Amino acid sequence: MHHGYKLILGSGAALGAATIPASAQTLNVSVTIPRLPVAEYHRPYVAIWLEKEGSSPRTLSVWYDVDKAKGEGAKWLRDIRQWWRVSGRSMTLPADGITGATRAPGEQKVAFTAGKGPLGRLTPGNYTLVVEAAREVGGRELLRLPFSWPAKPGATLRAKGSTELGAVSLSVGK
Amino acid sequence: MHAKYLIAGALAALMVSGTAQAHRQWMLPSSTTLSGTESWVTVDAAVSNDLFYFEHVPMRTDNIAVTQPDGSPGKIENAATGKYRSTFDVHLTQAGTYRIASVSTAVMGSYTLNGEVKRLPRGITKDNMAAAIPAGATNVQTSEATNRNEIFLTLGAPTTTIFKPTGVGIEMVPVTHPNDLVSGESATFQFLLDGKPADGLKITVIPGGIRYRDALGQQDLVTDKDGKLSINWPQPGMFWLNASIGGRREGSEDAGPPQRRASYVTTLEVLAP
Repeated sequence: MHHGYKLILGSGAALGAATIPASAQTLNVSVTIPRLPVAEYHRPYVAIWLEKEGSSPRTLSVWYDVDKAKGEGAKWLRDIRQWWRVSGRSMTLPADGITGATRAPGEQKVAFTAGKGPLGRLTPGNYTLVVEAAREVGGRELLRLPFSWPAKPGATLRAKGSTELGAVSLSVGK
Repeated sequence: MHAKYLIAGALAALMVSGTAQAHRQWMLPSSTTLSGTESWVTVDAAVSNDLFYFEHVPMRTDNIAVTQPDGSPGKIENAATGKYRSTFDVHLTQAGTYRIASVSTAVMGSYTLNGEVKRLPRGITKDNMAAAIPAGATNVQTSEATNRNEIFLTLGAPTTTIFKPTGVGIEMVPVTHPNDLVSGESATFQFLLDGKPADGLKITVIPGGIRYRDALGQQDLVTDKDGKLSINWPQPGMFWLNASIGGRREGSEDAGPPQRRASYVTTLEVLAP
């Protein structure tokens, strides 16, 4: 489970303190989905988004039942309720490069490149990376990781959930 | 059929008489915030003492109208009325906010004929009022009672097209969208009476789940000069909101012309942050 963090730290350390243009930087997000000893397990719906005061929240990733017939999986997106309120409900779903299938328990890693895809260009300022998970017949949990941009390469933030989310980390890499 | 009319009659009596204060009419949707390209919502509709339990009489469904986000009429489906409640479904196929409303207007009044004061019978409307007043009647006094009971459902992002006031009775105009309520955040609504800001309107807000707590948890609020008020949501859940004016008991011997009567009911879902 902790193997992934070593990798993240490793890549960060490799970059050292070199100044890297913001456009080339990446946000490496690691989300651990806990293995839950429950009778009826469904993989959680997970949304990862970025908030900055004075700007519209930016959805980076949404994992849900994208392949269900007639888009039925979208019915439960509102259960990721904070994400649904701040961003999801005004999006067209599924969204290219953002939505994808639910993921299995264990460590799940996603990387976002500044200037590209859902992350886009980041103006300097204070941001919060938010990870929210909601599970069918289960609970919901949300974690916040505040950081400032531009961030020092190698900088890593961590949070740990207690129910529907395990360890969540954000590291800045190239 | 017979039972249906009895119920309808009983309800009409409840709604227009002072005894309505002992009971609360409500519609309770299975969900108010929805995602996906289409969705179904089922609604319970009843009149009861406690919120939201079925223990008195069902609310009738024949007067319930659906307004879709684009303003066009929708429909209720699978309507059924049981001993204590009615249920019906609404199929949401458009993105945006729907209104499901039961609006009724009744005319009440009295006239003097041959020196005797008579009341207009129940079920009188503006249209059949003239026929109900016999020739030779004098001192005709009438007043309208407008009752509005409505709920809101949103598929996708909230929209506001359906909130255009009709100018009749008590209406709610959102400042905070009624499908965007979160506990810990206050919400602001404006209330209109016959299209004008309802200054000093008394609003009652009660959280559902009465049976499992000792205190009613009622908030008594009053609108400001613009008809506006803010409501704080102490916890997530379904809340019943009610306003009414002119609640004079039918059959009372009050002097003077009948008062304007109007009532408003909505059920609001407040989500956890």
